Amino acid sequence: MMNLTNLLANYGEAAAMILFGIGFTNLLLQNNLIKKIIGLNIMDTAVYLFLALKGYIAGRQAPIVVDGVQSVEAYINPIPSGLVLTGIVVSVSVSALMLSLTIRLYRRYHTLNFDEITTMIKKEEK
Amino acid sequence: MAFVQNLPFICILLSLFTGPLSSILSGKMTKKLNLVMITAVGIMSAMVLAFTVKSGEAYTYMMGHFPAPWGNEIRVGVLEALLATVFSVIMLLCIVGGSKEREEELESTKQNLYYIMANLLFCSLLALIYTNDIFTAYVFVEINTISACGLIMIRQNGRTIEASMRYMIMSLLGSGLLLLGICFLYDLTGHLLMSNIKEQVQILAATGEYQIPLLVCITLMTVGLAIKSALYPFHTWLPDAYGYSTMSSSAILSSLVSKGYIILLIKIYYRVIGIDVIRASKITNVLFVFGLVGMVMGSVNAIKENNIRRMIAYSSVAQIGYIYMGLGLGSEIGVIASVFHILSHAASKALLFVAASGITRASGKNKDFASLTGAGFRNRLAGIAFTIGSLSMVGFPTFAGFISKFWFAQAAFENANHTKTMLALIVLIISTVLNALYFMKTVIRIYTPAPALAKEKNYQNITVRGQAPKSFAMICFVAMNFMLGMCSDPIMKLIQSGLEMFG
Amino acid sequence: MSRKLSNNEYQKTRGFRFRQWFDGTKDPYLGEVEMKPVRDLSTATQITSEKKSDKKMFLELVYDMKHNTQVKLFRRLYNAFAVLFCLLLVAMLLAAVSNLPLIGVADKPVNNEVSQRYIENGLQETGSVNIVTGMILDYRAFDTLGESHVLFAATCTVLILLRVDKKGRKDKIAEQAMNDRLKEPKNDKVLQGVAKILVPPIIIFGVYVILFGHLGPGGGFSGGAIIGAGLILYLEAFGFAKTERFFKESTYKKTSLGALTCYCLCKSYSFYTGANHIHSIIPLGTPGMILSSGLILILNICVGIVVAGTMYTFYAMFRKGGY
Repeated sequence: MMNLTNLLANYGEAAAMILFGIGFTNLLLQNNLIKKIIGLNIMDTAVYLFLALKGYIAGRQAPIVVDGVQSVEAYINPIPSGLVLTGIVVSVSVSALMLSLTIRLYRRYHTLNFDEITTMIKKEEK
Repeated sequence: MAFVQNLPFICILLSLFTGPLSSILSGKMTKKLNLVMITAVGIMSAMVLAFTVKSGEAYTYMMGHFPAPWGNEIRVGVLEALLATVFSVIMLLCIVGGSKEREEELESTKQNLYYIMANLLFCSLLALIYTNDIFTAYVFVEINTISACGLIMIRQNGRTIEASMRYMIMSLLGSGLLLLGICFLYDLTGHLLMSNIKEQVQILAATGEYQIPLLVCITLMTVGLAIKSALYPFHTWLPDAYGYSTMSSSAILSSLVSKGYIILLIKIYYRVIGIDVIRASKITNVLFVFGLVGMVMGSVNAIKENNIRRMIAYSSVAQIGYIYMGLGLGSEIGVIASVFHILSHAASKALLFVAASGITRASGKNKDFASLTGAGFRNRLAGIAFTIGSLSMVGFPTFAGFISKFWFAQAAFENANHTKTMLALIVLIISTVLNALYFMKTVIRIYTPAPALAKEKNYQNITVRGQAPKSFAMICFVAMNFMLGMCSDPIMKLIQSGLEMFG
Repeated sequence: MSRKLSNNEYQKTRGFRFRQWFDGTKDPYLGEVEMKPVRDLSTATQITSEKKSDKKMFLELVYDMKHNTQVKLFRRLYNAFAVLFCLLLVAMLLAAVSNLPLIGVADKPVNNEVSQRYIENGLQETGSVNIVTGMILDYRAFDTLGESHVLFAATCTVLILLRVDKKGRKDKIAEQAMNDRLKEPKNDKVLQGVAKILVPPIIIFGVYVILFGHLGPGGGFSGGAIIGAGLILYLEAFGFAKTERFFKESTYKKTSLGALTCYCLCKSYSFYTGANHIHSIIPLGTPGMILSSGLILILNICVGIVVAGTMYTFYAMFRKGGY
């Protein structure tokens, strides 16, 4: 099922998957809100690493036309770069949103621990 | 190309543009602009529906000067136009029905921000329905997430901010998995336009290479979208988010937002991977099991609740379980029943939320059951509307819920796999009984006369004219419910023909 | 001789009871009727306060997350399952990656006719020397339209949460927002000196990156981020009073609305003419000149303005709740 030689040759993508797992675990399990947001950023960055590696072709240049050379053999694949550009903007936006939510929660409950905030809310209701 | 074929593109851009335009206008102007825009989109979608039904085939519309696979495009068929029309009607009625609550609960300087979020949500919903490109779908899924979060937290108390934090965490987990699935799919096929991906996937399935990555990719996209639409084990964000925000937000979220993701999932199954490959990969069995568990556990949790809005939110979890069960049955009829249930659930659930807000208004804005005793006599129209909504949810004949349950049972009967049939029928019966338990309990309670309680706590009676926008919304929702319940045959035929041209 | 009973025994006899009745000292209710002890009203308030503190203590105990063993056990089980689930996820992903096409190889599904046309005909069809810019602003422009609106939506949510409206709010947060001005400008000589030297080149560099987006690496997003960074440095060094001379809330609203309107109009024209197969009248110009590539330059400028305003808004909202 696992092709180990292939895995070692694709070491960049393997590293991206391990980073994705680390980020996912952090987002899910960490109690501290800031660490959750850092986990989210790690997860998104891992996906961009994975995507950027898709377009790489050994020995070719970045896709900006120089000297009028327009043959396919001279440049790498431009599509994944465009997708990563879009993804980075999305990542920045959601990080800003989560951070402002954290600021509001901190001002109200004076703690960054998500479990404690849930407990305090349940107590407030009684 | 007829001018009518331009209308879906005009709908998307109109709703997208009213977002930034509302940022410089005041609260009242943005509300009028919002209502005008949704009405316009509804009328245009109805015209597109008439056109596609007459022409009998789907068409693609190039977004730019370059055809697929080099440029972007959207694809319009009967199913897309039908969904767009129904969603615009529901959105319009939800916003109209909740206007008084919004004026009271939101700060006056932030009123226009609510309508900006609603406009962007509506635009992303339209784009998800019409898109033919999988990366565009991802970008609009993100707009959907951010604007849904904005709708939840617009009413700022501690409870809603914690609920929106939880919602964002779960949603971003789902988005991350979806994006990773899209990247895998791009690596395997080299295309981003859905029809082109499908051709490549058919070739891959025939030759048998890249089997494991294809299976992992299907799993990642399914799990990502299931997390975002609150399938059973991933539903923990739902009761808090729906139960504490302002009423029109809860109605819009429960009727429209989760359904947008399910429609994207159906689109991925039919148009990106191909339904044969999906059936061969057996992921439908997993969806079936989780759907069944969700149907039962959602109702069990709803019975335990003491707050009427959280109870209705848990009932949403159960209904989403129904839809996933229909998808998991794997047959054509199952998917048709699921799509019909999307429409009928949207109509009934929004009706329940609007009626519940009418009932709580007549009980001094308290949401617990003790204060709601006798509310059916204080606010007659809301009581009747709530009763009709509950009967539809339980599955009483002549209402929309009965038709969806009937079609689910028929899909279960005609399934080839007999264990699935038995399980589906048994759980359908159990969940109907559980639904009846908590909905009928509420209906009996609001119709138990309690004049002493009303006098002691000084609850006001509310007449039909006293809550004019909400009465209008409730009457329209009831009419829609009856229409879906009694003349459902044309709609089923539309859905069936739409699904045939969907793939 | 009379047998004298003791006092205790005498009190039990009938004669004693008769004597009591005769004298009128007998309490007729004692022993016949059940009586509650007399309540001392002064202790009532003490009892209610005790009950309240009991209730509070009870709540603390029930919701005590730190010492509750059941919650601890649940938390440990949840953590164990979650770690197991994540390990399973990573293993599944690694299994998938090991079966993917190799990196850096030219012969794989990703390098197909799509990228071939972008490279070979991109310059002629879009007019842009930078193939990636041509792709995101011309071939796949719908994605970029959605993406600019993701930024706009995020800005709106930050405004919902953090903007402090001064009309009629007298609470602590509004006061703190006003007081933030007292803490600045810090008049830090080093920071101000460096900012005087650095901010103009930063902004000029940002403008250069935006304008040359179609001729080299860059574009609206990166250029806008650079200009935003320059504005934030200026704000930090010189304070809100000086920055308000040229960047107020109305500035942000008008510029971002103008930029997004322009973007929507340009793209509507482009999509409409494309889908209806009408020839577009926008000239493509000579590749390599700044004023070329049709609408791409205008779109880059719009996107740059939106991103710069957004970065500055995020900073101002997080810092002060206003501009």
